[in-house]
Amino acid sequence: MDTMPKWADVILIPLINLILALLVSGLVVLYIGENPIEAIGILLDGAVGSTRGWGYTLFYATNFIFTGLAVSVAFHARLFNIGGEGQAAIGGLGVALVSLSVNWPHWTVALPFAILGGAVFGAAWAAIPAYLQARRGSHIVITTIMFNFIASALLVYLLVNVLKVPGSMAPETAAFPKGAHLPNAYEVLGWFGIPFNKFAPLNIAFLLAVICCFGVWALIWRTRLGYEIRAYGHSEAAAVYAGIRPFRITMIAMLISGALAGLMGINAVMGEAERLVIDSVQGAGFVGIAVALMGRSHPLGVFLAAILFGILTQGGIELEFEIPAVSREMILVIQALVILFTGALENMVRMPVEKLFLRLKKKAG
Amino acid sequence: MTLMTKFFGAAAAVALSAGAALADPGLIIDLGGKFDKSFNEAAYNGAKRWIEKTGGKYKETELQSEAQREQSMRRMAESGANPVVVLGFANASTLDKVAPDYPDTKFAIIDMVVDQPNVESIVFTEQEGSYLVGMLAGMASKTGTVSFVGGMDIPLIRRFACGYAQGVKAVNPKAKIIENMTGTTPAAWNDPVKGGEITRTQISQGSDVVYAAAGGTGVGVLQTAADEGILSIGVDSNQNYLHPGKVLTSMMKRVDNAVFDVFSKGVDNFEPGIKVLDLKANGVGYALDQYNEKLITPEMKAAVEAAKAAIIAGDIKVHDYMSDDSCPVETM
Repeated sequence: MDTMPKWADVILIPLINLILALLVSGLVVLYIGENPIEAIGILLDGAVGSTRGWGYTLFYATNFIFTGLAVSVAFHARLFNIGGEGQAAIGGLGVALVSLSVNWPHWTVALPFAILGGAVFGAAWAAIPAYLQARRGSHIVITTIMFNFIASALLVYLLVNVLKVPGSMAPETAAFPKGAHLPNAYEVLGWFGIPFNKFAPLNIAFLLAVICCFGVWALIWRTRLGYEIRAYGHSEAAAVYAGIRPFRITMIAMLISGALAGLMGINAVMGEAERLVIDSVQGAGFVGIAVALMGRSHPLGVFLAAILFGILTQGGIELEFEIPAVSREMILVIQALVILFTGALENMVRMPVEKLFLRLKKKAG
Repeated sequence: MTLMTKFFGAAAAVALSAGAALADPGLIIDLGGKFDKSFNEAAYNGAKRWIEKTGGKYKETELQSEAQREQSMRRMAESGANPVVVLGFANASTLDKVAPDYPDTKFAIIDMVVDQPNVESIVFTEQEGSYLVGMLAGMASKTGTVSFVGGMDIPLIRRFACGYAQGVKAVNPKAKIIENMTGTTPAAWNDPVKGGEITRTQISQGSDVVYAAAGGTGVGVLQTAADEGILSIGVDSNQNYLHPGKVLTSMMKRVDNAVFDVFSKGVDNFEPGIKVLDLKANGVGYALDQYNEKLITPEMKAAVEAAKAAIIAGDIKVHDYMSDDSCPVETM
């Protein structure tokens, strides 16, 4: 680990990976007969070229920060939480139930309760696989994946049979009361006189995500509990020897993880849609895994990786709109290449870079 | 190509600044896919016909998930497309929220009513078209048992089923009608495998004519019916050609005409409010072409044409399921 300076590990290697991924994506775009330079131009312009683009990019990034942090916290305890998708969906249900339960007078009153609702529902959905892992040894990867399907089926049932507006044909809840409306970027920046696109979905949940980043950093590196989580993640036997109880750490790490995923509902359900629809998560739970991998499970890395994936998502939608030949599946291919290069093929870049730094060190020394 | 795109982009920008008079129309295609051989494809064909006729161009986007509706709609409106046609009932609540934010953009929604000053709501009298194909099914059936496969279980699809059942009973009061829905979520619009399974079950219960009102799922229903040697009835688009000689007829719902109409009228002749496309307006009907002419005997044709005239004249009233959420005809 100390063969290279930290900045190279955190920034240089992901950057090289990203460039490689984009080069290969460019070849794919070339293959379908489009101009890759033009495509990347549309992608970047659509994602960061206007306040509308930024509004959507950061909105998607907010989703990815929550799910990325969720995966990261579990990672530190060496638990692979694949269930972000389901936990976020159930968290969204919690947010929706809170938002619909009372005719809220003001969002400042509604938000704390909605946060509680999302976190508790998300954590509860993570609690069952965590318990099964800690007590029965059922592998958490398998159980959390299965819980994604259960969550999706449960939501369909509730939206079709229980929560649907009577007389409506669409499986969605009623619109939330006005008092549960979270200020969006247009309103918040308007207080300071900064102009912003009026309809972009970016809202104050972004600030909540930033606070969560800081909170996770403080938890993992500045508290005794965080130390225990990391110790348990590095070596279970050593942790047990030091008096750390595996059951407690497994449960706590997964509950925090599920709660963070559940908070995504604040952004997607309460902040944007203002009602609960089927598939409000849109795959963000799975993108969170890539975000956590790319961000090295560090909140700052997660934040940056989430913005990158926000750019890819929003830019991808623009690209699909502007160049019809680039389909939704093409955008998935590009995202998959980024994940492939940053996750699976990471050592391909790391080893030569490490060698380079070793050689530089020798020369200097 | 890219130069052309840029040129058109610049032209569109100029047109926009000149009061949006020459903007391209837009089409938002619903879940289930553009080439579902049914509802969405009918809309696409209408847009294609408009291109062939006028040489114009239009913007198009295809929805991929429920949560994406709002972004797609806003993106379409902000791109300067005008008028914008939105397909499918599921977009109603989103359009109700989005339309007031773009007062200069004219929207048209198909299959649902949205009460906004810049929205035209286009609805069809599916019960009337379904009644006619139901009559044909009742006359073509040898077992006296016919069936219906719906897509998503919503009042709109029950309106198809109820009209169909009334038509069957009109020619054969003793007929048995089996009715099944594919699912309760939008995924039910694009599940041909499940559609085929349901059809097989219905065949085992004695059905020998099956009517599919299920979007892309219907492809599986028609395929299974053809494989098992029974007759089927297509929906929305003319699907007779899919299995020549094995598709009895198709309940045509002229979504293509609706799209063509909105595109042709453009912004200047846009008419907000509710537009009902019924049998009289040729909004619905049954398909007769070279693929099914041998299946429809002259007597059958005469009976259906008589009923069609009677419905248009108001002598036959086909009950609309959505008017009171119930159907006078028993189905199972």
